[in-house]
Amino acid sequence: MKRNENREGIKGMANPGRYGIERVSYWLMRITGLGLLAYLIGHIYETSSILNGKSVWDSMLQLTQTTQGHVILTLVIGMCVFHTVNGIRLMLGHGGIGVGKPTRPDYPYIPNSQNMKNKLCIYASIGVAALAMMYGLSVLFGE
Amino acid sequence: MANTQIAEEQSSSEVSSKTVTLKIAKFNPEHDSGTQFVDFKVQYERWTTVLDAILDVKEHLDHSVAVRYSCRQASCGSCGMKINGRPRLACFTKISELDSDVITVEPMNNYPIVRDLVVDLEGMFDTHKKMKPFIINEDSEITNTKEFLQTPEQIEEYIQFANCIKCGLCNSACPTMATDSSFLGPQALTQAYRYVADNRDKGKNERLKIIDESHGIWRCHFAGSCSQVCPKGVDPAMGIQLLRGYLLGFRK
Repeated sequence: MKRNENREGIKGMANPGRYGIERVSYWLMRITGLGLLAYLIGHIYETSSILNGKSVWDSMLQLTQTTQGHVILTLVIGMCVFHTVNGIRLMLGHGGIGVGKPTRPDYPYIPNSQNMKNKLCIYASIGVAALAMMYGLSVLFGE
Repeated sequence: MANTQIAEEQSSSEVSSKTVTLKIAKFNPEHDSGTQFVDFKVQYERWTTVLDAILDVKEHLDHSVAVRYSCRQASCGSCGMKINGRPRLACFTKISELDSDVITVEPMNNYPIVRDLVVDLEGMFDTHKKMKPFIINEDSEITNTKEFLQTPEQIEEYIQFANCIKCGLCNSACPTMATDSSFLGPQALTQAYRYVADNRDKGKNERLKIIDESHGIWRCHFAGSCSQVCPKGVDPAMGIQLLRGYLLGFRK
């Protein structure tokens, strides 16, 4: 008999709503990672167009000068900044730095690893990414 | 006279009890093609737990509801289930604190369903055993003339993680477990840390070797959901990161 494993799958993994800001940060980290991968592939495709001559390269550059191109570049700035800043928090956390010290837990149990420093770092990552996007928008759409 | 008053107060409080709709997931893998939710109206008091409500349904409305429970005091870890979308212990969750008129109870995710709300925890126990959950030390407290002494600081290093009751809520909340059936899971990894951090134990290298594999500790991305659902304050997310600290050379 085939067993029903009852795994949540991608839907469960991608649902950021049930477990607070840490799960939102996990979800954003994944999404921005995928977004940056897509950008990298697109960027390689874009720059490799130079092999087909100057006119092809120029027409490719024209694409980035459109409104849609600017919006995509702004999103890339936001993804890049969030992924970098939150990535530093995660790299330190993965080494056991900033996750608190083991103690005897007291009810109501508030996990030390979800401490205020970690939460502030997540909010700061989102804030810095938003600021970078605003700066990007002002540069790209300014003049 | 005083007894009569108390009885009157009790009966008046019984009358004032509220009603909640309990949506119970029913599924028998032997003959059902999918889960069906059945609604039951249940009366509850301020102190009524979700387990009390399910047992009330079982006693008076539908005897066929399958639920596993034992201690009713968050010690045995038997009654883990998804309550309003989040893994919780049914005996440790009061209906009043859920602040909802509808309580949906489903089996925990990431475990095979045995029937209705009962899941098979065998996979979790297998990974738990894989971590060698015992003190590895050739010297024995029994044959030695001296016991293994520990300072309070040495005990603090691991005692939090020894509170695990193997209820499996952490594995159910874990986003990696949602997609990776081979992942060791937060429960097992935390137990590996519990023994690695114990200064009586000499099996650190053995355990680090077990967890240092493609579906091992490196699949944890520190989402922290395991720690948020733990009913005993174990904080698996912290244990896993501290354990990874040993592999990355941040801890000795």
